[in-house]
Amino acid sequence: MKRFSAFNLFAEALRGHQGWPEHWPDKAPKSAYDVIIVGAGGHGLGAAYYLAKKYGITNVAVIEKGWLGGGNTGRNTTIIRSNYLYDESAHLYDHAVKLWDGLSQELNYNVMYSKRGVLMLAHNVHDVQSFKRHIHANRLNGVDNEWLSAEECKAYCPPLDISATARHPVLGGALQRRGGTARHDSVAWGYARAASALGVDIIQNCAVTGIRRGPDGAVQGVETERGFIGAKKIGVSAAGNTSVVMNMAGLDFPLESFPLQALVSEPVKPIFPCVVMSNTVHAYISQSDKGELVIGAGTDQYTSYSQRGAFHILEHTLAAICEIFPIFTRMRMLRTWGGIVDTTPDRSPILGKTPVPGLYVNCGWGTGGFKATPGSADLLAYTIAHDAPHKINAPFNLDRFRNGRLIDEAAAAAVAH
Amino acid sequence: MLLIHCPYCAEARPEVEFAYGGQAHIARPLDPSALSDADWEQYLYIRNNPRGRHHERWRHAHGCGRFFNAVRDTVTDKFEVTYPAGEAAR
Repeated sequence: MKRFSAFNLFAEALRGHQGWPEHWPDKAPKSAYDVIIVGAGGHGLGAAYYLAKKYGITNVAVIEKGWLGGGNTGRNTTIIRSNYLYDESAHLYDHAVKLWDGLSQELNYNVMYSKRGVLMLAHNVHDVQSFKRHIHANRLNGVDNEWLSAEECKAYCPPLDISATARHPVLGGALQRRGGTARHDSVAWGYARAASALGVDIIQNCAVTGIRRGPDGAVQGVETERGFIGAKKIGVSAAGNTSVVMNMAGLDFPLESFPLQALVSEPVKPIFPCVVMSNTVHAYISQSDKGELVIGAGTDQYTSYSQRGAFHILEHTLAAICEIFPIFTRMRMLRTWGGIVDTTPDRSPILGKTPVPGLYVNCGWGTGGFKATPGSADLLAYTIAHDAPHKINAPFNLDRFRNGRLIDEAAAAAVAH
Repeated sequence: MLLIHCPYCAEARPEVEFAYGGQAHIARPLDPSALSDADWEQYLYIRNNPRGRHHERWRHAHGCGRFFNAVRDTVTDKFEVTYPAGEAAR
């Protein structure tokens, strides 16, 4: 890996930038590894990176059925925040936000983390009470979150319509200033480049077709389109396809996969300074550095692996956007797409060990996995290296669906993650 | 948007008339107090979530209001068949 630095940039400029090596070589699989990670999204690549970086486990392969970062890593709306209600969630997501800080420096790759603030709008009395409760809970956990009046919301985000006659009146908002956005592709590319430099093999276009288990039940490796690859430890970070991969190991999971859509507008000059989320009317919007408005829609009601959703879902979201930001009513939308999100019954992730020895899982992030990328990657690496969960991810175990210790962010967050 | 055939109304109608009801043919426990924690987990939370053929419930909420079952391919989203609730799985 050739580091990005002012000196290297200058030296390369003198010779037409011909000396930059490829970010990560495309590797053919070896016959065996110490650890195999299934899924080359941000979470999986990050886990491989932290395994190599923090625990010296460099004989690692990341196996991906498609292309690197082509799943939900490249399909989300890039929002980062940690203002979750419950202690367990606040610790988990704030662990990630702390790692977002300094991630560009650590990876020597610009992930464009921008702390532009995430503003969550309150449209009714219930919202106001609920958000204030969130704010108090967050502050007790050392997570920044503050209440803004409607006028302060308008000052923070000028395109907002706070008039008394607005279809969705704004009664105020909760602002997390450390929240913001990052460049999603860069996160995958940065982790891939850094992991590759430490000796991790990244194997793309190689779907896992089976998980081989020994007589003792422990994993022995994975069957793939390119043959069997041995490993004593397997970490599954396969997002929407986690149920499918887990079935290969003989496990049924408390997951359902739904399509989730997003869309971007034509690029315009900077107009939108922050991220605005409105859970009540279901609108999430920010502006990318390219100038596109990035808008998140809701999930479709039915389970699917089609990576596309229904048009009426987009229509619903855009109706809300146009009411809250009348300035955008004549904006043209450029592209829409869908990803498949794996949701748990309590809308909190599952991150830890499984009943199968040597098989670890990181799934169930539902509609909000991007923000957690560095944190979940770090904790999955910890869990694999120690064969035991870190105290931050210990509550997010699979057993909670049996013993009832759910972390019910479904109720706490209503819809949005 | 999906077009869904309601077996009671005998008509294909747009998806917005329907409410999804999750995985079909999950039997409610007959003797709840006899269930172990593992049984409850299985009944309440574990779902098939297959990539392919899926048995699922729908309700014609803005039509006849009745529940029915369907088989749909979760990769193509195409319905194979819909049939009234109470009938055996197709």
